[in-house]
Amino acid sequence: MNRRSLVNALIVVAVVALFAIPLLVDGGTSEYGGTDAAVTEDLEADGYTPWFDSLFSPSGEVESGLFALQAGIGGCALGYVLGRLRGRRLAQEAGNAAP
Amino acid sequence: MHIAEGFLPASHAVGWTVAAAPFVVHGARAVVKEVRENPESTLLLGAAGAFTFVLSAIKLPSVTGSSSHPTGTGAGAILFRPPVMALLGTVVLLFQALLLAHGGITTLGANAFAFAVVGPWAGYGAYRLTRGLGGGLLPGVFVGMVLADLATYVTTSLQLALAFPDASTGLAGAAAKFLGIFAVTQIPLAIGEGLLGVLLFRVLTVNARPELERLGLLTPAPAPAPGGAA
Repeated sequence: MNRRSLVNALIVVAVVALFAIPLLVDGGTSEYGGTDAAVTEDLEADGYTPWFDSLFSPSGEVESGLFALQAGIGGCALGYVLGRLRGRRLAQEAGNAAP
Repeated sequence: MHIAEGFLPASHAVGWTVAAAPFVVHGARAVVKEVRENPESTLLLGAAGAFTFVLSAIKLPSVTGSSSHPTGTGAGAILFRPPVMALLGTVVLLFQALLLAHGGITTLGANAFAFAVVGPWAGYGAYRLTRGLGGGLLPGVFVGMVLADLATYVTTSLQLALAFPDASTGLAGAAAKFLGIFAVTQIPLAIGEGLLGVLLFRVLTVNARPELERLGLLTPAPAPAPGGAA
């Protein structure tokens, strides 16, 4: 593994650790409610009633699937672009190496 | 940072929509111009959009025991300048408002202003400042991505405080309350986002060097000895 790949791998490990360690230390005592939802709960507790409802509100299970779909679409697109850029570089290098 | 559907008073909803609209229109023109003048940018534009699409879909746990999501808008702002992200970010918010009941149509203007306007500009400003002070590309990316994330959530907190000032402590008290909900949770996420941005740009500096040079992020390496000449 060259130095560049090693540094990249270490960055990935650091990102995973950044979120995994609080989870492990916490040991399942926190609910990890979303901050967005915390705000709406706070406002509703103060007596605010939303005056407009979402046109389409998927149930919890469907919603998590749609979030996964969003991440999946983005991941596919990002992977496609980075793969193409890498392929382009490799093809150029091969072209330069050949006479 | 998604203010939920119907949670801003109508006057605020309209006001933020009016405030965000020119940025989004300008951003749409910037995207069209970029694609028309530099068709080779299309791939990287796609990468910038995809990056924010992925990151804003993922809710991450934080040290505070609550969860939130990163924004990913800094990368595109650094690559293509912030106007482009005004469009791409708003598309992401629209997707989430319509399909995921996350955010909303009535709050789209306010959310776009925080996520697609203030965040990218703050991130871009921090990036430029870092580069101006002699920092390299990757430190600039890190600082820019972190600031884009944090500025988005600070903006959301201020928008909420404007709409719901505290009865006794007023605007400042409300801002402190909403910042208390968002800000601390967001700090590790912003750092994680900064690291992912560094990773993305490390890959791009190897594989998309010509684009980064053309966009002014890297200075072209001295021309190699002319091969095949003479």
